[in-house]
Amino acid sequence: LRKNVEDFTGPRERSDLGFVTFDITADILNGKNGLCEYNVVFFLTCLHLQSIFDWNVKQLFLYLSAEYSTKNNALNQVVLWDKIMLRGDNPRLFLKDMKSKYFFFDDGNGLKGNRNVTLTLSWNVVPNAGILPLVTGSGHVSVPFPDTYETTKSY
Amino acid sequence: LFSGSMEPAFHRGDLLFLTNRIEDPIRVGEIVVFRIEGREIPIVHRVLKIHEKQNGDIKFLTKGDNNAVDDRGLYKRGQHWLEKKDVVGRARGFVPYIGIVTILMNDYPKFKYAVLFLLGLFVLVHRE
Repeated sequence: LRKNVEDFTGPRERSDLGFVTFDITADILNGKNGLCEYNVVFFLTCLHLQSIFDWNVKQLFLYLSAEYSTKNNALNQVVLWDKIMLRGDNPRLFLKDMKSKYFFFDDGNGLKGNRNVTLTLSWNVVPNAGILPLVTGSGHVSVPFPDTYETTKSY
Repeated sequence: LFSGSMEPAFHRGDLLFLTNRIEDPIRVGEIVVFRIEGREIPIVHRVLKIHEKQNGDIKFLTKGDNNAVDDRGLYKRGQHWLEKKDVVGRARGFVPYIGIVTILMNDYPKFKYAVLFLLGLFVLVHRE
């Protein structure tokens, strides 16, 4: 589900505010990467992350981010949702109808009609001690925003 | 690390290893160390949003993992974004709890004297 709403109070000028509802299915124990299905109304990603919960992995900081380009800015990245997964937590995610945790504001009006907004799931591996790598999962999904703003106030 | 705003990843007292290569692009998910104008203590939080122009000018928003809201309320009055110039470093690795000794020494002067006293004893005893 994608909607774009005009005129929502932000830092200064009117900026586009996008709404995305999504499902996330991820299996962090098994070792296959793959994109399963994309549906116009909502998308379903099947991500099988590699088994990375070894003895030195304390937690994963997972985040779903939207990346896109606009007239105003060559590169925009907005985190829509994040989750901390501790070692010992259920490594299989099966989340449906998730609303984004953070407001998806653009810096300007670049979401309107933007067909090239890509959602990616990434994670920061937090060890007990050592390096902090950032990993991006495979399986990008494109979320094209409509050309018009949503006028009804039902968010 | 001074506060618990990045728990459970990092705790008060953890020691972070930073790099500060200006060419390193700032991207969401990264943990940056930044300073707010007028404040002495740098903050270590994660990048939540970035808007970067063609010429490389970037403005970004941060948030502590353990905080309910983003850092906009922490920035200077009227400041809505951080810029490259505010960045002091990027967290690349860490060692837990080592820095707790310096924090304890700051919070409890008696502890500092005890540590110095013990160190002094240690040096004396091992002077061969």
